Amino acid sequence: MTQLPTSTDKKLGLVIDLDTCVGCHACVISCKGWNTENYGAPLSDMDAYGENPSGTFLNRVHSFEVQPDNGCAQTIHFPKSCLHCEDAPCVTVCPTGASYKRSEDGIVLVNEDACIGCGLCAWACPYGARELDKAAGVMKKCTLCIDRIYNENLPEVDRIPSCVRTCPAGARHFGDLGDPNSDVSKLVAERGGMDLMPEQGTKPVNKYLPPRPKDTLQDVDADTTTMTPIATEATGFLGWLDKALEKL
Amino acid sequence: MTLKQPVLDTSPKVSDEIRKTTCYMCACRCGINVHMKDGKVAYIEGNRDHPVNKGVLCAKGSAGIMQVNAPSRLKNPMKRVGPRGSGEFEDITWEEALTIATDWIKPLRETAPEKLAFFTGRDQSQSFTGMWAQAYGTPNYAAHGGFCSVNMAAGGIYTMGGAFWEFGQPDWDRAKLMMIFGVAEDHDSNPIKMGLGRMKANGGKIYGVNPIRSGYNAIADEWVGITPGTDGLFILALSHELLKAGKIDLEYLAQFTNSPVLVNDEKGHDDFGLFLRDKDGKMLVIDRKSGKPAAFDKKGIKPDLSATHTVKGVKYRTSFQLLAEKYLSEEYSPDAVAERCGISAGRIRAIAADIARVAFDEAFELDIEWTDFRGDKHKKMQGRPVTFHSMRGISAHSNGFQTARALHVLQILLGSVEAPGGFRFKPPYPKPVEGHPKPHFGVTPGKPLNGPHLGYPQGPEDLGIKEDGSAVRIDKAFTWENPLSAHGLMHMVISNAHAGDPYKIDTLFMFMANMSWNSSMNTSGVMKMLTDKDEDGEYVIPRIIYSDAYSSEMVAYADLILPDATYLERHDCISALDRPICEADVLADSIRWPVVEPDRDVRGFQSVLIDLAVRLELPGFVNEDGSGTYKDYADYIVNHQRRPGVGPLVGFRGKDGKDVGRGEPNPNQMQAYIDNSGFFETHVPEDAAYFKPWNKAYQEWAVKVGLFDHEQPYLFSVYSEPMRKFQRAAEGIGDIQPPDHLRDQLKRAMDPLPTWYSPNEEAAEDGGEFTVNALTQRPMAMYHSWGTQNAWLRQLHGRNPLYVPTKLWEKHGFEEGDWAKVTSPHGTITVPVALQAALNGNTVWTWNAIGKRKGAWALDEKAPEATKGFLLNHLIHELLPAKDDGMRWNNSDPVTGQAAWFDLKVKIEKVAAPEECTPAFPPIKSPVGKGPKNLTWKVGK
Repeated sequence: MTQLPTSTDKKLGLVIDLDTCVGCHACVISCKGWNTENYGAPLSDMDAYGENPSGTFLNRVHSFEVQPDNGCAQTIHFPKSCLHCEDAPCVTVCPTGASYKRSEDGIVLVNEDACIGCGLCAWACPYGARELDKAAGVMKKCTLCIDRIYNENLPEVDRIPSCVRTCPAGARHFGDLGDPNSDVSKLVAERGGMDLMPEQGTKPVNKYLPPRPKDTLQDVDADTTTMTPIATEATGFLGWLDKALEKL
Repeated sequence: MTLKQPVLDTSPKVSDEIRKTTCYMCACRCGINVHMKDGKVAYIEGNRDHPVNKGVLCAKGSAGIMQVNAPSRLKNPMKRVGPRGSGEFEDITWEEALTIATDWIKPLRETAPEKLAFFTGRDQSQSFTGMWAQAYGTPNYAAHGGFCSVNMAAGGIYTMGGAFWEFGQPDWDRAKLMMIFGVAEDHDSNPIKMGLGRMKANGGKIYGVNPIRSGYNAIADEWVGITPGTDGLFILALSHELLKAGKIDLEYLAQFTNSPVLVNDEKGHDDFGLFLRDKDGKMLVIDRKSGKPAAFDKKGIKPDLSATHTVKGVKYRTSFQLLAEKYLSEEYSPDAVAERCGISAGRIRAIAADIARVAFDEAFELDIEWTDFRGDKHKKMQGRPVTFHSMRGISAHSNGFQTARALHVLQILLGSVEAPGGFRFKPPYPKPVEGHPKPHFGVTPGKPLNGPHLGYPQGPEDLGIKEDGSAVRIDKAFTWENPLSAHGLMHMVISNAHAGDPYKIDTLFMFMANMSWNSSMNTSGVMKMLTDKDEDGEYVIPRIIYSDAYSSEMVAYADLILPDATYLERHDCISALDRPICEADVLADSIRWPVVEPDRDVRGFQSVLIDLAVRLELPGFVNEDGSGTYKDYADYIVNHQRRPGVGPLVGFRGKDGKDVGRGEPNPNQMQAYIDNSGFFETHVPEDAAYFKPWNKAYQEWAVKVGLFDHEQPYLFSVYSEPMRKFQRAAEGIGDIQPPDHLRDQLKRAMDPLPTWYSPNEEAAEDGGEFTVNALTQRPMAMYHSWGTQNAWLRQLHGRNPLYVPTKLWEKHGFEEGDWAKVTSPHGTITVPVALQAALNGNTVWTWNAIGKRKGAWALDEKAPEATKGFLLNHLIHELLPAKDDGMRWNNSDPVTGQAAWFDLKVKIEKVAAPEECTPAFPPIKSPVGKGPKNLTWKVGK
């Protein structure tokens, strides 16, 4: 069993806006590209051109439908990756110490050199956020792009996770959720950011911003007068027009 | 374990070098940073400086690395050795390939150039390929716009001299309400996502009008799950409500549109419906100050929207009166359209009121002075923060042209086009219909065509019809069947060539067009047409040359393959001469350059065309001594001049590379683009940023940078006089007359005011058994992509069920894992189904272009794309079900010839699950073998 740090200096994580995510998968593939080339073993693709292609991804987008009691169904696109939990069960369950949470920024990582590929951490994670790479035999998970966010070889503006940098809709935000004055903390406060499955007691660092209320004009009474007519037929309309033009 | 953190290198080297070029994974053309390690592509990200994507990049763009290493890449020129469709080829050299092509098409040029049909599918170099085809002399050239979105382009051009996407964009930062029609994912892909995100961040409201709630409609604040094909009715009902409440911008309509122009109102008069003009041909309006007629562009006038006028006993009214009369009629009231549209009347009223509230109550002004084309000064710029966007969902119906026009007239009534907060044109637009070329049809053996192939007809005299009444073009573009077919009809080429109607051809030459699969209606039929033989045992379409970078389904159906390079291995230009990448405030263009050299014997298609042009001795491509004018496409990009000083690229012109727009060729221009991150941009001056069609400052700037040679201000056409000219001919007036069987169709479709009529199949199926609408959408990760075989992207979308709404799901007793037989008047498919609640109750749909032919794209024959993926195309015919007259009525918009993909009506039944989707086709032999089993792709050490 592996210990968690008692506290971390920062709580780096993502804030994902479910009101804005269009489900385009840009974050999924950008993550795949960066992390195939960078941290640890490449993210492999088994049977890449075959009957059952199955690759390792650190971030996936799931789509759900919500049927409100009244009104039409809604579609929610839900990107999911490691939530870098404060009480990360994937760490405490690890028999070798490979799975660990960093004391300086709270990022949960896998030390691939120490990973024996037993899969216990994936089993312990209630979010299904870890994937065992079949080619390398080691556990893969979101690193919050630890090889980008401090990387002095990158321009400062690019020292953010690749998924955040690439998101076309601007639905992904990165920052220190331990600092109440950070932009991400303010966004969470403003928009009612939520924990995913709080009942699991994992205290996830990543937060989700819920969709705003939708379809408020769904059930409008057919007789509701919404605009005052100036005329009901063309002749009356032209009379109004003449007067209106006078005023211009 | 106690806590013991390993030491990490958090600043690893990212790459050896970044090469900046332009993406080609779809039609968006974002700037990309290609990170190189050891001379190989290691990682691709968006270019932060680029005007289109400003750093972001979609899934396709990031997956480009799997495209440049794709096992489906063609390796070398090939000639067919087995029967057509078998996929059996022999590798040949480029010299042999080019000699074969020359031997086939050179004699045609000398005798009958129309026997070469040259159609370029996902072409991003149309100003070049069009020039090649013009020099060759065939009238048969177009790209794929006819089956893509010509209704959008033409509807916009004829109404306001520009359209959505390449022509313009919402004023994202100032808009407060946006309504997006018929877009799951489409042009303009990343900018729409970025814009919607910005609008959301600014507290703006988004309406999604779409039968399917996916993608953008999922995040819309209000989803309008409209019945397919009825968008036009909904739009006209909104206009009805706005007119009725007087919530329209009268000042804008009077000054900047042809609303006040006088129209002949004397029924039975030969010029009924045409404009009153002065001696110089200028449209006349009544000036409210003098009460007298005046040329529309006279300084200081106040054009009267409600005027009437009489000249020699002939009555005239303003076109605005005709418009108001038409749309105020009860026919367009919310109550009258609600059931048909599937939207309650109350909701339509509430939406109209919301639009009016934002357009007028939330209006604002910008403190920018400007002068209009009349010379009148304006102290401020009036904002109207309502904006619209639309694409395939409106375009791909047979009433799409008129629906697009209806949408533009709605924006114009609000005064929001080119107003701050509304819709803004991107350079080189705005450009009036008259500013575009007309189509040309002058064929002379051994000589170039007498002008550009494609253009915008302004009356019956501009059609391409021979003396015997037959079409000049193989696709019958610019005929009475579809007079305004500005992009041609690529979907009719094979069908017409096979039928010998209007004539037989010899060689079909295509580029990046998967006609034997997802780019054709009636896919099985097209395969048969491509393999049919005549009584002499020769193929009915004798020769087919095809260029593609990948082993697409079409490769097997060609006789000669000219393998293209991938987008990271070639030169290109995204030119202001055809389909530029400008933003509303920015004139921009860009290049591609070989960031890696091909590791195969392939060549960029445009360079191959230049080589062929020299062998064919085409004017414009050879010097007097017979040598080639251009070494290759890169050389053309830098040195070609379309007009003196104006070439494919606007940036870094002139000897010192400092000229913009106009300037002599600069031999270092390509390197200057590479050094400038692959693009060039120059900003539109602030006082020229809005009201561009009428803004003196914009017009002067546009001439200065070479967008056009003289200022060309114009009025928006709420009433389209060119359309009236065609309608008038259909009524029997004029020398050039349509055939009788098309008169009724033309009278209805060529209405000079936007109108709505039932889509083709809806009308045909009224009371019939095919009552369910069937649509397709492109998934965001594959929209407009030539990379659906991509190892990463296919894991996102490797199969495509037919999505069925709850009502139909329950009616047919479907359960998860079930299959359905789907039948249309034309065919049957058997496919897996899935439930979707957020879907119009009488519509089924699937993702387009997931399904693959076994053996194509270097995929395993058991790949889910080939067994569980399917095409809806089998259900759609390029011709409509037979009518009584024995004529070939094509399944297209009668105005533009746009393929009416989305008119499709089907019936569905639950069936036992088969082994795989039907129809199933035998595998084709892969000319490139199969891909590797597993990938562990890492370029760096």
